Amino acid sequence: MDGEELTEQETALYDRQIRVWGADAQRRLSKAHILVYGLKGTVAEFCKNIVLAGVGSLTLVDDRVATEESLAANFLIPPDENVYGGKTLAELCCDSLKDFNPMVRVLVEKGDLLSFGVDFYSKFDVVVVCCSSLATKKLINAKCRKLSKRLAFYAVDCKDSCGEIFVDLQLHRYSKKKLEETIECELNYPSFEEAISVPWRTLPRRASKVYFAMRVLERFEEADGCKPGEISADDLPSVLKLKKELCESQSLSESHIPDGLLERLVTNGREFPPVCAIIGGILGQEVIKAISGKGDPLKNFFFFDAMDGKGVIEDVSSSNTGS
Amino acid sequence: MASLHQFSVIKGSKVLMVGAGGIGCELLKTLALSGFQDIHIIDMDTIEVSNLNRQFLFRQSHVGQSKARVARDAVLKFRPEISITPYHANVKDPNFDVDFYKQFNVVLNGLDNLDARRHVNRLCLAADVPLVESGTTGFLGQVTVHVKGKTECYECQPKPAPKTYPVCTITSTPSKFVHCIVWAKELLFAKLFGDKNQENDLNVRSGDAASSSNHVEDVFERRNDEDIDQYGRRIYDHVFGYNIEMALSNEETWKNRNRPKPIYIRDSLHDEPTQQNGNVEKNGGTNDPSSVSAMASLGMKNPQDIWSLKENSKIFLEALKLFFLKREKEVGNLTFDKDDQLAVEFVTAAANIRASSFGIPLHSLFEAKGIAGNIVHAVATTNAIIAGLIVIEAIKVLQNDTKRYRMTYCLEHPSRKMLLMPVEPFEPNKSCYVCSETPLLLEINTHRSKLSEIIEKIVKPKLGMSAPIIMHGAEVLYETGDDLDEDLLASYAAVVDKVLSELNSPITGGSMLTVSDLYQELRCSINIKHREEFDEEKEPDGMVLSGWSQASVENDGNKSVDHNAGSTSESLTVETGKDSEEEIVPGKKRKLYEVSEDVTPSDAQEVRANKKLEVLDEDDDIVMLDGEDFGISKKKIQSQQP
Ligand SMILES: [Zn+2]
Repeated sequence: MDGEELTEQETALYDRQIRVWGADAQRRLSKAHILVYGLKGTVAEFCKNIVLAGVGSLTLVDDRVATEESLAANFLIPPDENVYGGKTLAELCCDSLKDFNPMVRVLVEKGDLLSFGVDFYSKFDVVVVCCSSLATKKLINAKCRKLSKRLAFYAVDCKDSCGEIFVDLQLHRYSKKKLEETIECELNYPSFEEAISVPWRTLPRRASKVYFAMRVLERFEEADGCKPGEISADDLPSVLKLKKELCESQSLSESHIPDGLLERLVTNGREFPPVCAIIGGILGQEVIKAISGKGDPLKNFFFFDAMDGKGVIEDVSSSNTGS
Repeated sequence: MASLHQFSVIKGSKVLMVGAGGIGCELLKTLALSGFQDIHIIDMDTIEVSNLNRQFLFRQSHVGQSKARVARDAVLKFRPEISITPYHANVKDPNFDVDFYKQFNVVLNGLDNLDARRHVNRLCLAADVPLVESGTTGFLGQVTVHVKGKTECYECQPKPAPKTYPVCTITSTPSKFVHCIVWAKELLFAKLFGDKNQENDLNVRSGDAASSSNHVEDVFERRNDEDIDQYGRRIYDHVFGYNIEMALSNEETWKNRNRPKPIYIRDSLHDEPTQQNGNVEKNGGTNDPSSVSAMASLGMKNPQDIWSLKENSKIFLEALKLFFLKREKEVGNLTFDKDDQLAVEFVTAAANIRASSFGIPLHSLFEAKGIAGNIVHAVATTNAIIAGLIVIEAIKVLQNDTKRYRMTYCLEHPSRKMLLMPVEPFEPNKSCYVCSETPLLLEINTHRSKLSEIIEKIVKPKLGMSAPIIMHGAEVLYETGDDLDEDLLASYAAVVDKVLSELNSPITGGSMLTVSDLYQELRCSINIKHREEFDEEKEPDGMVLSGWSQASVENDGNKSVDHNAGSTSESLTVETGKDSEEEIVPGKKRKLYEVSEDVTPSDAQEVRANKKLEVLDEDDDIVMLDGEDFGISKKKIQSQQP
C-alpha cells in the first residue's frame, strides 16, 4: 500500500515491531502527525512510545515553565534548574524526545491551543490532550470534529493510583484478523460532550467507579474555577457535597462513587509514575491501532486503578450514537 | 497509592533488577521516578541496533556497550541523586550467590530466557527474597509474584518445552515452512559452512537403497578442479534434485502424503546463461565480511518481497559463492546467526527452494529471518505497561500486603471488558520439585544406561542445573568445580561412564539419587525405576522423567525430541528464547498465553482464570471501600438501579 517502501535503515530499526504490526502499518505510522497538549508524566510516556514507534512528526504544545512539581513524573526533563530554568515544558521535552529517534520530527508550537484555527488542526491526524479542563476537552474535541478530514481525539488524565483515557475516532473503519480471515469493521464514536451527557443510570451496573469520580472532579473544577490538578484536600467537603447532588440528580446510588476514592483523588492528585507508564502505554497502543487501521480500538473510555489492578474498557455512548 | 507510608517503604528498600533489555529499560525508569533509591541491575548483554526501537535508554552511539551501564547512566540524568549499581555479567555467575540475593528486599525479573528465570527463581527461594517475574511478546504480557510459602514459585507450573521436530519430518517429510527453515539452517548450512566433523542428517535416508556412505560424504566437498559456480550447481542439484528422487523411491513414505517434486538447476534457471550470476563487484567496495550480501550483488532490495523460485535459486548460488569468495576463512566453522545477512539470505533461499519442492508456500527474507532466528515480537508500549505493573506489585511486596498480590495479564483483546486482568496468585504446588521436597521419578534401563546420560539428558537440560553434584546414599558419584584435583576428576569420569547397575554401589530399580546444584542451593531426589524398553520416536532419550514440570510432548502433535546440540543426530530443534529480547513463559495448564503466537489458550486455562476473577468481582465494592483507612462502613453495598 501507499507505494513507498521502508528504507533499509527503517527495516533494521523497526524490525521487532514490524513483526508485530506489519510493514504497511509501519508505513502509515511514518506518515502520521501527532499533536499533544499538556506535558505531564503520562504524556511524556506516550510521547516516548510514539516516537520510538516511528511516527512522522510529533508537535508539543505546553507553554508552562518547568517547576520542580512538573518534573515529578516526567523523565524527559533533567532536574537541574540551570537546564530547565526559563524554558517551557514543551521545549524541554522536545529537546529530549528528539534524541529518541532521529527519524521522527519533534516540534514545539507556542500559543494557546484553544485559539488555534482549523488550518492548524488540519495538519494533524491525532490530537491528545492531558489534564485539561472540561471546557478545553469539549472545545478541542469539537474543533477536531469540524474538519473535513478525520482527526482522532484522545483525552487522558492520571490522578493518584487512577488513570483515564477517552477516545473519539468519529467514524472509524478498520480491519482485524478473525481466525484466519481479515474482516473489515466499522465503529461510530460519540464526542466527549455526547459521551458525558449519557445519563448515569443507563450505564451498566458495574461501570467503572473511576468514570463517575472523574466526572465529579471535572464538574467541581468547572464550578469552582480552579485549574485542573489544583484541587486540594481543603476542597474535599465541597467535592463530596457535589457528588451527593450529582448522584441525586442522576438517580445513581452514591455507592457508585465511594468517598474513599474521591478522597484519594482530591488529596493526592499527583501522578503516580507506574500508572503514567500504564496509561501512556495503552494510549500509545491505541494511537498506533487508530493510525494503522488494524485491530479493535477501545471504545470509548479506559480506566486503570492500581488499587484493584484492573484495566477496564467502558463504552459510554447513548444508543443512538452507538455502533 | 502514593501515600507517605509507601514512600518510606520505597525509599528504604534495596531492589535487584535482572535484565536491562526491553522490560528492563522501562522498569529502571519507572522505579527511579517512583522514588526507589537503591537499585542494582544485572545484564550481560551489549546494545544492538534492533534494540533501539524500544529500549529507549539506548542510542545509536551506544551500540556495542553494556546495557546495564548505559541504562544506569541514562537514568541518572533525570534522577542524579539515586544509587544504581550495574553489573555487566551473567546472572548465573557464581558471585551472585545466596548471600548476594539476601541483601535485597525484592528481586524484579525482566529476562529473556527460561534458563535464567529458573536460576533466579531458585536463588530467590534459597535466599527467601520475593520475586516479581514478567514477560512480554507483542501486545501480550504478564506479571507474576512469587513469595516463598505464600504463592507458587516460578517453576510450580509446567513450562512450554522448546519447540523440537522429529528428525524424519525435517529430513524427509516437511509440511510447514518452519521445517524447511530448520533443514536449511541446522542441516544444509551446517554441512556446507560449519564444522565438517559434526554428524549431520542431510542426506535423505532412502530406506534400504544402498548408496555408499563414502560417496555421500564426498558430495559436499568441493573438488580440486571445480570452479565455484560448478560446485554451487552441483550442490543445488544434489540437495534439491537427487535427494528428493532418493526420497521418492521410498514408496511407503508417500502413501498418505503429497509427493515432492525434484528441482534441478537446469529447470529453475532454464533461461539463464550459465555464467550469468550476480555482480560480485557490488560487494567489492567493502572489506567488511559482515556486509557481504547476495541480495546486494543481485540488485534486490526489499526484504519483504517473496522471491520466485528462480530468484531463490539465484540467491542460493550467489550466497554460496560469496561465502567461498569473500568469507573463505570462516567456512568450516560458521554457525547460523540471525544477524549474519549472507547466512540469512542463504537459509531463506534454501528453505524456499525446498518449500517449492514440497508444495509449501514461500516466505520473504524478513519472515524467514524471524523464524530462523526465533525473533520474539516486541514493542515499547507493552514493555512500559508491564514495567508499571511490576512496580505496583513490588510496592505491595515491600508493604507485605499479601492479600493484594496479583498476577496480571496484559491482553490484546479484552476479556470481560478488561485489557489488564488481575488474577489472585496460586498457592505453592505441593509437589513442585523446586520449592517442595517431592522426589522425581526416572524410568530408565539400568542395565544399559550410564550416569553420564542422566547428567546430559536430564540433570542439565531438564532440571536446569549447571554445576550438579550427584549422590547415591552418602557416596558422591559426580561433581563439578574448578578446585577439584585431577585424581578425583578422573575417578568421576570413570564412574559416569559405567552402566548404572555395574557401579560399585549399583543403581537399580528402587535406588534413590540426590541431585543438587552448588550455585542454586537446589536439592532434589530422583527415584529410579527400571524399565527395559523405550519407544525410539516418542522417548528418544531412552529414559523418562516424571514429576518434573516442563510441559511437553503432545501439544502441537509433534512428537517432541529433546535437543542436544551437536552431540547427537537424533534431534533437531529451533532454539527458543536465546535470542529473544523478552519472552513470556507462562505455565501451560492454567495461564493464559503462550510464548509463541500460534498457540491459543485452551478453554481450561480461560475457565480457571475467569473463575478466579469471578471471586474478585464479588467483593468489588468492598475492595474499593476497604482499601482505604477512612473508617467507612465495610458492609457490602448493593447498587440500587432504578
Ligand atoms: Zn514451586
